[in-house]
Amino acid sequence: MHSNSRAPLGLKFAAIGGLIFLLAPIALIFVYAFTTEEKSFQWPPPGLTTKWIGVTLGRADVWEALALSLKVAAISTTLALIMGTLTAAAVARSRFFGRETISLLVILPIALPGIITGISLRSAFSLLDIPFSTWTIVLGHATFCIVIVYNNAVARFRRTSGALVDAAMDLGADGVQTFLLVILPNIATALLAGGMLAFALSFDEVIVTTFTAGNQTTLPIWMLEELVRPRQRPVTNVVAMAVVIVTVLPILAAYYLTRDGEHTAGSDK
Amino acid sequence: MTDAVTFRGVSRHFGTVKAVDEVDLAIRDGEFFAMLGPSGSGKTTCLRLIAGFEQPTAGRIEIFGERAEGVPPYLRNVNTVFQNYALFPHMNVLDNVAFGLRVKGVGRAERHRAAEESLELVELAGYGARRAGELSGGQRQRVALARALINKPRVVLLDEPLGALDLKLREQMQEELRKLQRALGLTFVFVTHDQDEALSMADRVAVFAGGKIQQIGSSEDIYRRPASRFVADFVGSSNVVPADLAGVGISDQWASLRPEDIILDANGREATVTGTFFHGRVTKLSLDIKGQSLTALIPAHQTTPEIGETTRVSWDPARAHLMEREA
Repeated sequence: MHSNSRAPLGLKFAAIGGLIFLLAPIALIFVYAFTTEEKSFQWPPPGLTTKWIGVTLGRADVWEALALSLKVAAISTTLALIMGTLTAAAVARSRFFGRETISLLVILPIALPGIITGISLRSAFSLLDIPFSTWTIVLGHATFCIVIVYNNAVARFRRTSGALVDAAMDLGADGVQTFLLVILPNIATALLAGGMLAFALSFDEVIVTTFTAGNQTTLPIWMLEELVRPRQRPVTNVVAMAVVIVTVLPILAAYYLTRDGEHTAGSDK
Repeated sequence: MTDAVTFRGVSRHFGTVKAVDEVDLAIRDGEFFAMLGPSGSGKTTCLRLIAGFEQPTAGRIEIFGERAEGVPPYLRNVNTVFQNYALFPHMNVLDNVAFGLRVKGVGRAERHRAAEESLELVELAGYGARRAGELSGGQRQRVALARALINKPRVVLLDEPLGALDLKLREQMQEELRKLQRALGLTFVFVTHDQDEALSMADRVAVFAGGKIQQIGSSEDIYRRPASRFVADFVGSSNVVPADLAGVGISDQWASLRPEDIILDANGREATVTGTFFHGRVTKLSLDIKGQSLTALIPAHQTTPEIGETTRVSWDPARAHLMEREA
């Protein structure tokens, strides 16, 4: 039901107040990135400067952490895209013993608190004598990245009529051609959306990373360590600002991609 | 002449469910063959066995004399028009139609020219640039047909292709499908649960029930001479009555008597009217003759008796058909 009357004044204030409560702390991060005070967060900032951007760009530890975070996010997302899509295809397309169980088990990592995932992975790695490395971080992140891709892909698979695959085969397309020419174009936007969300989640993950990393420092871990050191604090804020921009953009894009295609592909009557 | 499709003892069981059970079948080259039956009777599974989407659990399938078991759908010279058309939503009409040639590696210009020709065949020339979603049901149906024809199949399978269309469009498409089939000289195998559609379009009809074929024959055979109570009842809701009442046999046999063959006749036998239903062209009468209920269709121009009245009816015993089996 839509009413054409304007919202009451009280409601407007409440909405604006709510938004300020949510967004003001983020705005503060942006402000402190330009403050001249480097040891403590002092309000109002005694002066404004852009020198911290330059300082940040010159710090090798920032670049190393950023490179590691990007690498981990890229590899876990790729892994998740392949495994998540395959699992989704199996669960949505066929019936087999234990299908519902698999569907539940795949989703479990995102329902479990990250700390449980982290602890269990850590003990599993120790038990198997796997040394902590970039790859153990990747495995940790892949557990929840797969869920994101799986959820997106399984919904799209269910909306894509199985008759399309039959039609492609019937017209002479073998398995590979059917996948490339019919299945992939129909699930591509779902995979892109899932992939971007997974990337963003992996990029700012702290808890699982803490448990699965050795002496590797991803960007969020680096920021956590940096906050306890009262030196060049605004550098952390500059990095935080960059992270906000890098993660918000893909999430917005994912939102716009999945918003379209509401109709069920291929089953129109 | 080699038959287009032959089934010898073909079964397709899903666990304990016998979807298709020891079916023997020979579809002749160039005929319009209908598979008629209620849902779950095995007719669609038979079609999928011919297309290659299903493999038989027993028996032998040949398509133009070649063994078809184990041959995947993409290696069979058979194409399908799907129930809900299954047009590719991410392609325009022309690319949909050209898909069969694209996967064969035919160049862009050539396959588009062929697709245009195929669209002309179904009277949709100039619709190539549209998306499937922009077309009406009847137009999608034609696109699906054009797409199935582009690979020049020898057998075209149609899975309830007219089910989603409204009555008027359905009648028009029935006529066009029939014309196209004759003009191209192809074998059409048509699955439907609509007995009128099967009878009016097909050269021969196979009636399915419970995974088995109940009867194969011409439309007239199936209608006039049903082999069993099921066929008599499913095709044209016949009266199944004791043969002695119908006047064609002894009391432990059964006969089929078509409702339209029962006429009001002042010299006929007494019947009590238990119901009247006005249908426009005809009026349906429910009758009771000595405890045996019968249905009669009376042309609308005749005056029909009221419920509860006693009337007199008769039929030509030559119109009644003595059935081979009761079930």
